[in-house]
Amino acid sequence: MARTPSTRILPSDITPPEVFFNRRQAIAAAIAAGVVGLAHEEPAGAASSGSGLKYTRNTRYSVNEAPNSYEDITTYNNFYEFGTDKSDPVQNAGSLRTRPWSVVVDGEAEVTGTFTLEDILKPHPLEERIYRFRCVEAWSMIVPWLGFPLGDLLKRFKPTSKAKYVQFTTLYDPKQMPGQRYPILDWPYVEGLRMDEAMHPLTLMVVGVYGKVLPNQNGAPLRLIVPWKYGFKSIKSIVKISFVERQPRNTWNVATPHEYGFYANVNPAVDHPRWSQAKERRIGNGFFAKRIDTLPFNGYADQVASLYKGMDLRRYF
Amino acid sequence: MNVDKRYRYIYKPLVFIGCLTPIAWLFAGGFGVLGQSLGPDPIKFTLHTLGKTSLNLLILTLLVTPVRHLAGWPHIVRIRRMLGLFAFFYALLHFTVYLVLDQELDYASVLKDIAKRPYITVGFTALVILIPLAVTSTNRMMRRLGRRWQTLHRLVYVAAILSVWHYYWQVKRDVREPLVYAAILAVLLGYRYLRRARSRRAVATSRSGSATAPERI
Repeated sequence: MARTPSTRILPSDITPPEVFFNRRQAIAAAIAAGVVGLAHEEPAGAASSGSGLKYTRNTRYSVNEAPNSYEDITTYNNFYEFGTDKSDPVQNAGSLRTRPWSVVVDGEAEVTGTFTLEDILKPHPLEERIYRFRCVEAWSMIVPWLGFPLGDLLKRFKPTSKAKYVQFTTLYDPKQMPGQRYPILDWPYVEGLRMDEAMHPLTLMVVGVYGKVLPNQNGAPLRLIVPWKYGFKSIKSIVKISFVERQPRNTWNVATPHEYGFYANVNPAVDHPRWSQAKERRIGNGFFAKRIDTLPFNGYADQVASLYKGMDLRRYF
Repeated sequence: MNVDKRYRYIYKPLVFIGCLTPIAWLFAGGFGVLGQSLGPDPIKFTLHTLGKTSLNLLILTLLVTPVRHLAGWPHIVRIRRMLGLFAFFYALLHFTVYLVLDQELDYASVLKDIAKRPYITVGFTALVILIPLAVTSTNRMMRRLGRRWQTLHRLVYVAAILSVWHYYWQVKRDVREPLVYAAILAVLLGYRYLRRARSRRAVATSRSGSATAPERI
């Protein structure tokens, strides 16, 4: 089959700007029609949308590709806490209560304790960043996330020199998360990053998508997005952030260590034992969606490859 | 209406229509009619639906014999060939969608998958096993092969085991459903094994000239 490895972005892939930016009006209308906004968390200034969420568009960290539809992004989810089918989270996540929400911060930091979601979010202006999202199952999307750099949040807790890694924990409550009633994974879900990965400007704490508050099925109210790693690193519905000295466990690695590593950097050269990672299918292109080449570090190599200099990426997959 | 006519005009057409329903739903989803949709990843959805349907039909095919014995419906065997052929039909479509839509006719990649990825190797083997069974499913071939026909068609047990195995291996983590299939298959094959063992024992008992009557099986 003819392939075009050199041109990753076809002109037809790019949404005309007038179409793309007009969506704000639709979003504003949706918010006015009753979608709950983050009004009480609005940062000062940076007003770019008519009502509801306020944010600036960060073009520097955005890819120049057309985002997937809101529907694709919010109905095709891996969130095993709500079931293992892609369509389960949207059906079952209604039982998750995201307010009130609090986050425990502990470990090797000067500032620790329990913080309300409002405390966590207050100082951080929101930005929209259009990121590639690559699932370990070899499919991908383009998502306009709304969030702020994780590093800005972590600095507020003044991590000590012993803090080499940061670990995140998802809510554990089988009443709200029916998928946790079955021991499919070792609940609660945990994930971790090396400190330099966590502080990298691309690493995002996400509270919204497409200008709206994050829907439950996408990991509300607070989730991580690490765009150069496989999706399972981007832990959802976070209730705990721990600064730790040793490399923390991460759930999929505990489940099947030979299939999922700690680093999980997107890497077309290292296959999953059961399938190839060389290509991916971009969701949203229907029946005739072509597989496209997967890029090292999901296309973010120039920004993050230096973090792994000298490391054997085959060993530390 | 006698049994022949009931099968010819009622049961068989009903089974035929039933077997075509999954593909009709896929078409409805593909064209977005009747409230159906193939979802954000239509290729994967189609692939999985076809595979699952093939497996379901394979299980139904293997259910015919026990139902025939246990329910005392000797004629039900007449729908078995249709079920088996539809199982093969869906398996073939499953592979075709994988080859054409999923892999975009990238033969090198497909060959690599078949050789390198155990779950694909296993699934492909099951498909290959079903080919001679489909080819020899006609009345003429049954007559021509005589007793060997049944021996050959016992390969369906192997194909069924490999199909369930293929399903089990391709699931990322949640193996509950594949295990349900494995359990059903174990019951279906276990039934046959026990029945054979009992009939052998019965034959042995009667041959040894024992005074007791052979056990009724």
